[in-house]
Amino acid sequence: MRKSLAFFLFILLCLLAIAFLGVTSNAAVSRFLTTGRDLNEITSALKLTDVSFSNDARYTRHPSQADIFSAFQDYPGSIEHFPSGSVTPPPDFSSLGTGMKVKGR
Amino acid sequence: MSINNHMNVLDFTLQALLRRKFKNFGIVVVFTFIVFITGSILFLSYSFKREALLILKGSPELIVQRMSAGRHELIPVKFSGHISGIPGVSSVEPRYWGYYYDSLVKANYTVVAASDEVSGNNRMIRGRLPGKDETGVAAVGRGVAKARFVDQGGTIALLSSSGDLMEFRVVGIFESESELLTADLLVVGRPDVIKLFVMPAGMATDLAVSISNETEAPVIAGKIRAEFPDTRPILRREIIRTYDAVFGWRSGLIVTLFAGALVAFIILAWDKASGLSAEEKKEIGILKAIGWETSDILEMKFWEGLVISLSSFLLGVILAYLHVYFFGASLFAPALKGWSVIYPDFRLTPFIDPYQIVMLLVLTVIPYIASTIIPSWKAAITDPDEVVRG
Repeated sequence: MRKSLAFFLFILLCLLAIAFLGVTSNAAVSRFLTTGRDLNEITSALKLTDVSFSNDARYTRHPSQADIFSAFQDYPGSIEHFPSGSVTPPPDFSSLGTGMKVKGR
Repeated sequence: MSINNHMNVLDFTLQALLRRKFKNFGIVVVFTFIVFITGSILFLSYSFKREALLILKGSPELIVQRMSAGRHELIPVKFSGHISGIPGVSSVEPRYWGYYYDSLVKANYTVVAASDEVSGNNRMIRGRLPGKDETGVAAVGRGVAKARFVDQGGTIALLSSSGDLMEFRVVGIFESESELLTADLLVVGRPDVIKLFVMPAGMATDLAVSISNETEAPVIAGKIRAEFPDTRPILRREIIRTYDAVFGWRSGLIVTLFAGALVAFIILAWDKASGLSAEEKKEIGILKAIGWETSDILEMKFWEGLVISLSSFLLGVILAYLHVYFFGASLFAPALKGWSVIYPDFRLTPFIDPYQIVMLLVLTVIPYIASTIIPSWKAAITDPDEVVRG
């Protein structure tokens, strides 16, 4: 077999695999949207506000309900104690114009 | 140029790539790995975000917390009377919830008081939720059930803040599909939450405010803040925004994990773009000397870039998909779970954003092809004699 043909076959195979994954993903998404209604009912009935993504600290379990400086409880930008807190960014305060200039002597 | 000629150039290119198979195989491995890591992050963060946003659509429109000395404090239930008088507020309900550290399994549970009932055919719970004022029964998340080895009909004993042992019969277990929402939940009746945490009479954790028209929420929040300056109203919009920020393209997760892969790719592309090896230059010179046109050389280099980058890209995307959706993002999961003892299985729904895939394609394949062609073009327009002699 010509090498170019083998290459095109390989690309075709990859594209077919991606198309197959796309079809299964669509099916899974529509399944989720059906079960999503039941999930929404639970959220609404129990008045839940956060997903149980990581529960090592209260500010990683309920990021939306925690103190304003979560996940940086001690001070903004501090080194985080919990690994999951490290992947949560500090709030964007750029719009507040609260920058501090430090002048040298 | 006929298609057959293009195929001939491609055949020659593949043959040339196979001559330096260890080097090219190495590049394909590195390139695939970068696309795999980047693709995994994109798939993971986008799915988390979409799933969280869809799940949290049912959250209360407004939560009112009380703050004391900069910290969340219990709120007097009597505030709800004033708040329900604000025009646009349809109802106010106190929420009773808290965290319980179970020293037996060294895990944190989120204890929530049952509020409204769910329909009997809800597929997310096996059994039922406790009634609002029911005592001695609980519905638990799968994480809690697994940690305490209980099933429906079993009992869970917790130690209240006053030191009393409280026993709960498990009447419901949340199904695994709801784990992202319920893994660590322990739902009990309101009197049991009050007793467990020894909450003072007339106090609740916070207030859930229902608003008839959500666009009025910021105005209502402002009025609550004016009437009760020590409160912090949290809009549903802010809750959604929190998750949008946590899993956003330009923040947190992405920046932390993507930075390494990006730097590696830049080094790879820089290495390619900074020049050809003496052997490659010689090859171009010989091809020119035997009659190849500059355009043929450029086509050969285009095929070379395309073969490596497209193959790596497609393989990387497929592997990333399998990693995130079939193997529960096992490489990233430890960082995401952190030190949690109870955590959901990351069986995510494959929400795919085609825009992100196209972005990934544009950011990886095109720069690579460009970095292969540009140095070759420089060599191809030079006199063959000069190129061969070096």
